[in-house]
Formats: sequence, structure tokens, C-alpha cells
Amino acid sequence: MYAEARLSLSPGRIVIYLLLGLYALYFLFPLYVMLSTSFKTLDEIRTGNLLSLPAQPDIDSWEKAWSSACTSVSCGGLSRFFWNSMKMTLPAMLLSTFIGSLNGYVLAQWRFRGSDVIFTMLMVGCFIPFQVVILPMARLLGMLELAGTTLGLVLAHTVYGIAFTTLFFRNYYVSVPEELVKAARIDGAGFFMIYRRIIFPLSLPVFMICFIWQFTQIWNDFLFGVVFGGSDAQPVTVALNNLVNTSTGVTEYNVNMAAAVIAALPTLGLYLIAGKYFVRGLTAGAVKA
Amino acid sequence: MASLSIRNVRKVYPNGTEVLKGIDMDIDDGQFLILVGGSGCGKSTLLNTIAGLEKPSEGEIRIGGRRVNEVPPKARDIAMVFQSYALYPTMTVRENISFGLGLRKMPRPEIDKAVKRVADILQISHLLDRKPGMLSGGQRQRVAMGRAIARDPELFLFDEPLSNLDAKLRVDMRAEIKLMHRRLGSTIVYVTHDQIEAMTLGDRIAVLKEGVVQQFGTPQQIYDAPVNLFVAGFIGSPSMNFLRGRLLPLGTGSAFGLRRDDGTTMPLPLAGTAGNRRLTSWHGKEVILGIRPEHVTDAAFGSRSGLQIGNQPTNVEGLVELTEPTGPDILAVTRFNGARVTCRVHPRAVPMPGKRLMLAFDLANALLFDPATEQRLAY
Repeated sequence: MYAEARLSLSPGRIVIYLLLGLYALYFLFPLYVMLSTSFKTLDEIRTGNLLSLPAQPDIDSWEKAWSSACTSVSCGGLSRFFWNSMKMTLPAMLLSTFIGSLNGYVLAQWRFRGSDVIFTMLMVGCFIPFQVVILPMARLLGMLELAGTTLGLVLAHTVYGIAFTTLFFRNYYVSVPEELVKAARIDGAGFFMIYRRIIFPLSLPVFMICFIWQFTQIWNDFLFGVVFGGSDAQPVTVALNNLVNTSTGVTEYNVNMAAAVIAALPTLGLYLIAGKYFVRGLTAGAVKA
Repeated sequence: MASLSIRNVRKVYPNGTEVLKGIDMDIDDGQFLILVGGSGCGKSTLLNTIAGLEKPSEGEIRIGGRRVNEVPPKARDIAMVFQSYALYPTMTVRENISFGLGLRKMPRPEIDKAVKRVADILQISHLLDRKPGMLSGGQRQRVAMGRAIARDPELFLFDEPLSNLDAKLRVDMRAEIKLMHRRLGSTIVYVTHDQIEAMTLGDRIAVLKEGVVQQFGTPQQIYDAPVNLFVAGFIGSPSMNFLRGRLLPLGTGSAFGLRRDDGTTMPLPLAGTAGNRRLTSWHGKEVILGIRPEHVTDAAFGSRSGLQIGNQPTNVEGLVELTEPTGPDILAVTRFNGARVTCRVHPRAVPMPGKRLMLAFDLANALLFDPATEQRLAY
């Protein structure tokens, strides 16, 4: 009965699959064009069809995008900026996630007078757009003499990210029975011991969510990068923009496409590796004791 | 093991709610204290206060004669078993049991010995390497107990440990907790809302309501001589019957004027009131008669079988509304003159819903309450 029901394609099902197929095409189509164009030569792009596959896959444009394309004044490709982004994103992601985890642990399991007020204020922080933060953040980074450095960007992204990570962790830890913490206190564990031995080991799914969320947010950010990055710490998003906008006569679509894919690759990869945790974690309910 | 002494403990929350309104009680070394009451009566707050998880606003708690108000939970030498068991989900059973021992810097060989000991006692040796998620409710319960026993504390605290188990398992574990108490001689404070657990387990019961100890005593004292209507109605299953009526003079004693459906009053002589002057001031006034279901039975069958019932048949007929056969006897819920009376009837009396049943009251075991103050009248 069950197998039959699964096999039968009712009209409703067919419509659903058709729609899903259309949506998938809609999103995959640009990716396809980007990838196929990036492997074509400039001649082929000019003469050929936008939709055709490259006649002779050619990786010159990738090499150029990575190591020799010009971004405004310098002509070293994206590689330097790619590593800038890594040096900014990884520490900021780790820092903001761990701080968010501790915050969430306190706000969920060690309620104190005013903890709900603090939580509400942090929630409001999630709704403050980047643009609002830019001026005060610029002043702060200037005073700390961190303007134009990777460290400054790490600080900006960490501070901005804490609101989100705290929200994620707090809402996850609220579902951890408070009796667990009580039992551990009676067993003799202190604040950090309880975190390390009991709360942290429960947190893998929510850590994954936060890692993905923060990595994507920080990696894809343009505004902080362009404002606080200066020329030395410029992240790959800003460099990509410069690369595309730097024209030396002919627009090298193949190089632009390759550069765009390079800039998007880390987040894409992260989703492929850890995406299942993202989906699972978003729906993760109470922790079963 | 240690004695426990609670002196005038009050707990007021920042929003002004007074959860505990001056609690006083003492138990000796090795006694089993039950805190019982409905939800919101403060029993769990009191337990948390003893554990040190909450601070009392006022008053003093002494464990083994030592004042512990300022002592953090871990230094009070207590162990607690929670309703949800609160097993650490990412640790194995072995790690769960040894966690507290390790934190107390017990040497490894001794920890292993302690784990083995409790695992043997509770028959959970085969579960030691499993995670709590792989255990059944009863097994988790055992592990939670094991974690407490392994610590060998001065005082055990149980917070409704059996509420999440099914009925059969609950009865089994109840017996095991009692056996464990006999074997270890430990001092136990046990919170429950289940009056059967309270009666069967406790050496002392404290009945709480709205942050006040209504009565503190042995289970039998509380069952036989509840101090007020609340305790009388709370302890005992099925609940005590309450009937309203006037107290009448009868000879040198008193009688309870039982109103019948037809409006006439039948005086039921109260045993032990002859020549007793303490009730005379109540003559003519409204009182509440409390009588437990086992002291109300079917008059016809009672006299036929020559059962010892304290009083002769009452000529009061109740209309049987509902019967609940329990096996050894049948509980018949009868109704007369607006009052509902549950009586315990021998199965051979065959009460049938819709039929009338002549009731007999054993008034030697009846209690009188003041309808205004709800306190029991001593006589």
C-alpha cells in the first residue's frame, strides 16, 4: 500500500515536481552560464552562443583571475585578496561563534536579574543594518588604530555577529533542561566545567549553523570590507568588484566569471560539506536526556 | 548520614510572591521525610533551598548540625535525583555516575570501585557503556539513583523521581527506594505530589499548601488525625467524604444530624462523645463530618455478614451513581441530598449504578471540622 502510494504520480505531485524543477533551473542557469563562460576563450564568447558548452575548455582565464588580473591599480589577481578574506573570516567566525555560545549559555541557563533585557537588546542588534554601524565603528577602529587592517575587520565582524550567534545559541540552550545544570552543580561542577563537559558537547548542530551562517555573512560582506579594509586588508568581494570594474579596453567575461566563481567557492564548499547540519540544526528541537 | 533542620525558612521572589512562608521542621539522622502537596505549594522550592540551588530569603537550614545557608550545593554533601533524571546526555552511564566523583578528586581505582558497587546494587552493570538516550525510562531512573548513591552523601534529595514512570514500574521503584533506604540508612527528603508515595515511603510527612506546612507527622498520624480539611482531603485515596450537617445533643453526648433526601434529619451518635463537654458549644451549629470511604459501607451486607462496623445501619439511602471495582472491594459513589459519598463495599454486595444502597457509617472513625476555619474539632 505504502509503496504503491509512493509510486503513483497524482496530478498534484506532477505539478509540484514541475515547479521544483523550474525553480532549480532558474537558480542553476546562471551558475551554468558562469562556469561555461569561464572555460571559454574570449573569441568563443564573442562569436559563440551564450548557452553552448565551451568547444575547448581552457583554464587560462582561471589562472589570470587568480594570479594576474588587474584590480584597480595592482595586477596580482584575486589570490592575495582571497587569503585576506580567509584571514578575516575564519577568526571572526570562530570568535563570534564562541562568544555567542557562552552568551547563550548564560542567558539560557544562568538567568540573572536583567538577563531578559540584555537578550532583548541583543535581539535588536540583529535588526541594525551595517550602514548604521559604519560611522561609529570607523571612529572606534580609528581610535584603536586598527583601521585598514585585517584585525580591525575581524573585530567589526565579531562584534556585529555576536547578536546573531547569541540568538542562535540562546534559543538552542533554552531547550536544554535546567535540571542538567542543577545536577552538575550538585555534582560539584562550576560555571565553565558545566559548559565544557555538559553544554558544549551538546552543541555540535548549533555550532555548525553558526559557523555556516557567520562564514557566509562575513565572507560575502562587501560594505565593511570596502570601508574598513583599506588597500592592504581588502577582502575578495571588494577585489572582485574592482576586477570587474577595471577595464583595459575589452571586457574579459571569462576572467570575470572565473573570478566570481573563485570568490563564491568557499561558501559553496561549506554548504556542500556541512549543509546537512544546517538543515538538521534549524529544525533541532529539545535535547533528549 | 545527617539530621536536617529547617528553621523559619521564607522565600520571597523578586516579584513579591512569597513561596515559602516560614517553614519549620526537623528530621533525625536516617529518617525519610516526604514533602507532599499540590502544584505550586512550594515543595520543590523547599527542596531546591535545601540543595542550595536557591537561597532562602530568611531562616536557616542545618544539615548534620552545620548551618549551610552560605554553603554552595557542591559542598553540602548532598545528592539529588530529578524528575527528568537529568542524566548527562553525551556521557555514558559510567561517566554519568563517576562525573561527580571525579570532580571531587577521588582516585581512579576508588571511582571504579564505587561505580561497580552501585551498578551491582541497582543491576545496571550491563548498561555502563551506554548513553542515556539508549535506555528505557526505568533504566534511566536507576542510573539517576546510582549517580546519587555513588556519591555516598549525607543527605539524599528526591524531586518527584517516579512521576515519569508508568504505573507498574512506579510501584516497583517505590519498593526499591524503600529497600535502598533500609539498606543504606540514609537521610532522605523526597518531594512528591502523589499521596500514595507519601504514605508508603515516609517516616515523616509534611503536607504543604501555599508555602505553609499544614501538618507534619508520621503517615498514620496524618491519615488518622488530619488537622484540617485540606490535609484530610489530600491524603487518602479515594478522598475522604465530607458531609455538612448540624451537631445535635444526644443523651450526654453529641450526634451528627444527617440530612436525608426527604428533608428529615437522622442523628448519628458520635462514638466517644458521651459525657464529653468539649462539643457542647457546637450544639445546633453547622459542622462538617469527614469520613473515609472504608468507614462507609453497605448496611445490609455489613449486618448480614456480621462485619464489625462501628455503628448500626443508618437508614440513609444513597443512589449509586458509579461503581469502581478494585478487586478486593468495590468503590461505590453514591449520592444523597446533594452530597456525594464514596463507600467501600464488599464485591458480594453487588452495588449497581441506578440502584439504591443503604449506607452504614462507622462513626468511631469520623472527624468533625469547623466549616469556617476548616480546622478539625478535637473531641
